[in-house]
Amino acid sequence: MKRIRLILLVGSLLLVGCQSAPSDHAALYEALGERDGIEAITETMLYRIVDDERLADPFKGIDVAEFHRQFSDQICAISNGPCTYSGRTMREAHRDMNISKTQFNAVVEHLVRAMEKHDVSTSARNRLLGLLAPMHDDIVAR
Amino acid sequence: MRIRFLLLAGLLLPALGWADPGSRLWATGGVTSIEGSAGGGIGTWALLSGYASDEEWSGSAALTRAEFDDYSLSVKAASLNWQNRLELSVAHQTFGLDTLQAAFDRDALEQAIYGAKLRLFGDVLYDPVGQWSLGVQHKRNQTFTIPHQLQARDDSGTDVYLAASKLFFSAFLGRNLLLNGTLRGTRANQTGLLGFGGDDNNSYEPMMEGSLGVFATRQWLVGAEYRQKPDNLGSVAEDDWWDLYIAWFPDRRVSVTAAWAELGDVGGLDDQSGPYVSIQANF
Repeated sequence: MKRIRLILLVGSLLLVGCQSAPSDHAALYEALGERDGIEAITETMLYRIVDDERLADPFKGIDVAEFHRQFSDQICAISNGPCTYSGRTMREAHRDMNISKTQFNAVVEHLVRAMEKHDVSTSARNRLLGLLAPMHDDIVAR
Repeated sequence: MRIRFLLLAGLLLPALGWADPGSRLWATGGVTSIEGSAGGGIGTWALLSGYASDEEWSGSAALTRAEFDDYSLSVKAASLNWQNRLELSVAHQTFGLDTLQAAFDRDALEQAIYGAKLRLFGDVLYDPVGQWSLGVQHKRNQTFTIPHQLQARDDSGTDVYLAASKLFFSAFLGRNLLLNGTLRGTRANQTGLLGFGGDDNNSYEPMMEGSLGVFATRQWLVGAEYRQKPDNLGSVAEDDWWDLYIAWFPDRRVSVTAAWAELGDVGGLDDQSGPYVSIQANF
């Protein structure tokens, strides 16, 4: 009896896990407010970043306008908007920067807060974070 | 009893005036399980308590109260997290024998639990294979007279577990889904409140724990847990446990969990179930 109940539970866990809705990338670009919305989110995120002591080192001396353009391009491209990201790969861009998990988490938080400030829906925020999550390994120092 | 719980909860509230207790994202420390380790309510997860990331320390404290048909459970717990690598925890459980008080001439069963959990590898959010942790819970039953009468063999025992936790972004109706699975080796009867080992079985057995939760928003997690249990004592049956829970994370400093738990037979009384509430503060 115990075992049957356990199997049922595990089975239902698997079913739910496989039931991920097909991600509609064009809808995500719209949900982020298209190019204008993405640029506004990036700007809000950058204001939060420059106020964050944890991020003083990695962001010291960066070209803010260039970062804003590159980051917005990348979000636009990954959400299937009409943009091309032409910057370096994430691995190249962060090589030798020695980014910690603490710093990575801090930037993710600022992105989430920025999206919340600009009223991006929960599902659109989740979808974007899911698309960005695989970059963790290329950005954080091993 | 309830008043004492409220008073203790009040003592935790000053945490609200404190700074953010770490850099990990909201709810990635789970809540505090009844055994003091980061988890859900009845089960232990691979997550480490609090919000320390790789350059930080953090601490958690929690109070839990559950009222079942013929019993009640109070847990005080605290833990430390070093760099999201190692969690050390202590918990004290008081299991009120409300109905059986007269029969056993005793108010409650009590035990202390000392836990250590090591994150082996991975990350619940960012790693495709999730986060994997190995842990121990050393339990010392402080009221062994009754368990001894029920043919329990030992007044202390150590559970060993391997746990995995993984969050799937946007996996269910656009919401994030958190899955946990734990394999525990244990001889504990009713988590140790009825001692360790028994006349029906006296050796370690593998037991599974599983849970799922959906983040309705980043502040609200709703889900269910299941915990397989041994059945070592001939005189009293022991059943698997499950619960339905809702946890609220207004921010990193505090969380509140409410649940409905079903424990089945406990200490010779059948179908024990009831409400569960836990408040946690993070430093």
